[in-house]
Amino acid sequence: MTSNEFTRRDMLTVAAAGTGALAGGSFPMTPAAAAPAKEGPESMPTLMDLSLSVNGKKHRLSLDPRTTLLDALREYLHLTGTKKGCDHGQCGACTVHVDGRRVNSCLKLAVMAEGAEVTTIEGLGDPDRLHPMQQAFVEHDGYQCGYCTSGQIMSAVAMMKEPWGSDDADIREAMSGNICRCGAYQNILAAIRQVRHG
Amino acid sequence: MELFTYARAASPADAIKAAAAASTAQQGAEVRFVAGGTTLLDLMKLDVERPSRVIDINHLPLAQIERMPGGGLGIGALVRNADLANHADVKQGYPLLSQALLSGASGQLRNMATTGGNLLQRTRCVYFRDTDTPCNKRQPGSGCSAIDGFNRTMAVLGTSEQCIASNPSDMNVALTALEAAVVIRGIGGERQVPIGDFFLLPGDTPDRETVMMPGDLITHVILPPPQDGARSHYLKLRDRASYEFALASAAVVLATDKGAIRHARVALGGVGTRPWRSPEAERVLLGKPATPATFAAAAAAALRDAKPQSQNGFKVELAKRCLINALTTVAA
Repeated sequence: MTSNEFTRRDMLTVAAAGTGALAGGSFPMTPAAAAPAKEGPESMPTLMDLSLSVNGKKHRLSLDPRTTLLDALREYLHLTGTKKGCDHGQCGACTVHVDGRRVNSCLKLAVMAEGAEVTTIEGLGDPDRLHPMQQAFVEHDGYQCGYCTSGQIMSAVAMMKEPWGSDDADIREAMSGNICRCGAYQNILAAIRQVRHG
Repeated sequence: MELFTYARAASPADAIKAAAAASTAQQGAEVRFVAGGTTLLDLMKLDVERPSRVIDINHLPLAQIERMPGGGLGIGALVRNADLANHADVKQGYPLLSQALLSGASGQLRNMATTGGNLLQRTRCVYFRDTDTPCNKRQPGSGCSAIDGFNRTMAVLGTSEQCIASNPSDMNVALTALEAAVVIRGIGGERQVPIGDFFLLPGDTPDRETVMMPGDLITHVILPPPQDGARSHYLKLRDRASYEFALASAAVVLATDKGAIRHARVALGGVGTRPWRSPEAERVLLGKPATPATFAAAAAAALRDAKPQSQNGFKVELAKRCLINALTTVAA
């Protein structure tokens, strides 16, 4: 690490200093102004306290403001079902629902999701009670390596509520933001078609 | 990504005041508004954008679509691209805008991206996005790597010796053909900028892309009433069938009267350094019969001043055919 290197003790100190500024969540907030900028190795991020509602459960976190929703889910809440592919909104592996709508969690700061309801693949179903879309992906073998699968399923579930036509071409267009490197598109299409048309 | 402080703006006035402290609202701005985040976060991860303050404007009351007195449509800056594309009044009165929006990005990105943010969408030039290479837009005076480099996707219209970066937006091409106005609130009050004046040509200052000044907040986009009896179409040509930026696109609005064209608006995407209105093509079309010969003449006029680079010469012919095809579709 370079200038952002810091110890756990430093982190806790800064977290305490920054807490008041963050908790209010309204403007103007000056957490960094409160922590004087320092040069060199002592320079460190000011942590922000925030609350995330994920899969119906509230979590309190202290995060560097740069933390994306994706990294908060994976690295801090250990919900690793959501995958990091490109980290630039180009692959769709990180797709989650925010207030019921599909988004790329890599392009959203975790702090921006405060106050919203986040749903990940873990909140959709579990091995004993699969969501119909999860079941359909299993039945149609809608994957090969599986890395894009949670993003594909989250995207597919959300598109059911979007105003798309009923053709296969509409499904392909609606799902174009989810890339499958293995090329399992035919089976993904079959799985989605089954859930859409029964 | 550089460290920044984050705050949620409680009102437009708060947001404007915070952003007014920056020395510029263009490349290198120290304060950035974040809405969808789909451009800003992407560029911050690349260190192309390095704001020290990020102001979250998502909670401002700017997410409404309202009918204007006189028949136009007022679109809040925070209206998401998906909501705008699927809004009944847009589909009914401005299908061109709906088509353009749905041809861009992905379902996820359209749920995030906003109207105001799309107006400020940045170029996809690979050198702009790569801080290891010279780029006059990102680092004024450092040189243009694209002119002698990978320029297949770059602009052929409105370029300069300093920059040939193409504007990637689809929405802005439709808004240009629809003659939208951008409502900006700043420290000096509110002003309306016709979309034709909103985007700047690169010239010697490619780092300056719009008329936005420190503190300026886009609050709305206003569409004039739909042209009586006009038909419109957006055609986008690209390397993939979906989820790809345009190599060339055309937004056209056409109305005919007894076989003669009485109203024509033409804008091109993917080929210009800004969303490219073509008054040259419109002049050719006006008063003429809606025939293949007229359309070919209009396309030739639109691309007459094109300056192709080493790899993007194909765009000149592609854009012509794109425009001819779009005009043929609306005239059918």
